[in-house]
Amino acid sequence: MQRATMDLWVGVFVMAGIGALLVLALKVGNMGTYSAADSYTLIGNFENIGGLKVRAPVKSAGVVVGRVADIQFSTETFDALVTMSIDSRYKFPKDTFASILTSGLIGEQYIGLAAGGDDAVLKGGDKIMKTNSAMVLEELIGRFLFDKASENKSSDTDLSGTSGKK
Amino acid sequence: MPSRIVAGIRGIGHRVVDSVWRLGYASRFFMLTLLKSGTSLRRFGLIIREVYFTGVLSLIIIIVSGLFVGMVLGLQGYETLQKYGAESAVGTMVALSLVRELGPVVAALLFASRAGSAITAEIGLMKATEQLAAMEMMAVDPIARVVAPRFWAGVISMPFLAAMFSAVGVFGGYMVAVVLIGVDEGSFWSQMQGAVDFRYDIVNGIIKTCVFGVAVTAIAVFEGYDASPTAEGVSGATTRTVVTSSLAILGLDFILTSFMFRGMS
Repeated sequence: MQRATMDLWVGVFVMAGIGALLVLALKVGNMGTYSAADSYTLIGNFENIGGLKVRAPVKSAGVVVGRVADIQFSTETFDALVTMSIDSRYKFPKDTFASILTSGLIGEQYIGLAAGGDDAVLKGGDKIMKTNSAMVLEELIGRFLFDKASENKSSDTDLSGTSGKK
Repeated sequence: MPSRIVAGIRGIGHRVVDSVWRLGYASRFFMLTLLKSGTSLRRFGLIIREVYFTGVLSLIIIIVSGLFVGMVLGLQGYETLQKYGAESAVGTMVALSLVRELGPVVAALLFASRAGSAITAEIGLMKATEQLAAMEMMAVDPIARVVAPRFWAGVISMPFLAAMFSAVGVFGGYMVAVVLIGVDEGSFWSQMQGAVDFRYDIVNGIIKTCVFGVAVTAIAVFEGYDASPTAEGVSGATTRTVVTSSLAILGLDFILTSFMFRGMS
């Protein structure tokens, strides 16, 4: 085979390979939608993070504005220290409220940011002061059962009280 | 009776010593290939020629298999996921299984049987017809002239082939799930993009293919160089290339996966 034709085919091969890599990165992966290149970090202390995982989305008004970068246990305050990397296009006021929410009943957990009304904005490395823990199903059920039990108890005493009167 | 037991133990020992010796010989050969690849990297035309034979000529089989693997994944994924009402996650399933596992592994297996066997047969036949010895007589180092270009061509081709396999496979999954079955196109792509991470999934897949490329071509050139210079020897070496490199791919894949995706969500 001619040298020139061979070079041409190898060139086409390499370009197709790079094209495939670009398709994988931009169309299949999340490079096109969110890049970690220009972002700043926020820190939040949560009493209970439930099933939150690293790389979970951080959303505000349903729009993905960042990702959870790191989760650690803090031995100073004995709660979870969550580091979020937020797209630097989005700025949030100082009194922003962060809560751990669940998409759907059994869906993945994410951090929801609700903006406050402060004029000053959060900068890189700042701490979000107001946080709300994840909803843990067992605790909810436990509280519900406890409430039910105490309700029954009070209605029982009511009944006995009325019967005693009679 | 005891002499038979002794003979059996001696047989095991002989085999172990033999295989350890062969492993050492193979690693020394690998080091020598790396050391002498300076010449072939300077004469890049040699590598381009081999990229044509190992990479470009493997394109057809890689693209066709990638398309069919992606289509089957789309069908099977839909079958299972629609039971749970999660058929829009079929894109995520196709993309993650291709990018993380099937793309690198199946492309490397095909590459081993399509290009690895050809490399072994070519070098083995060169040895059998004493072309390698003739080169040495002319003071041309056969490792630098014959082995190193083929090794580097395989290492270069492998990641591109696997990337094309995965991309075509995702397209095949799209064809079946969206065009044929009618899964919603928007949620197909958006769920896929939400789940596939560039650093964790795609870059790890590329690292895997690079490792497989080195392993397959190193085994192929060694088996060819080490073949007994007979017709039987060359055929045996070709078989050993395919068997050894397939096992090496699957074993390395398990090791790499256990390091890369440990503790991942």
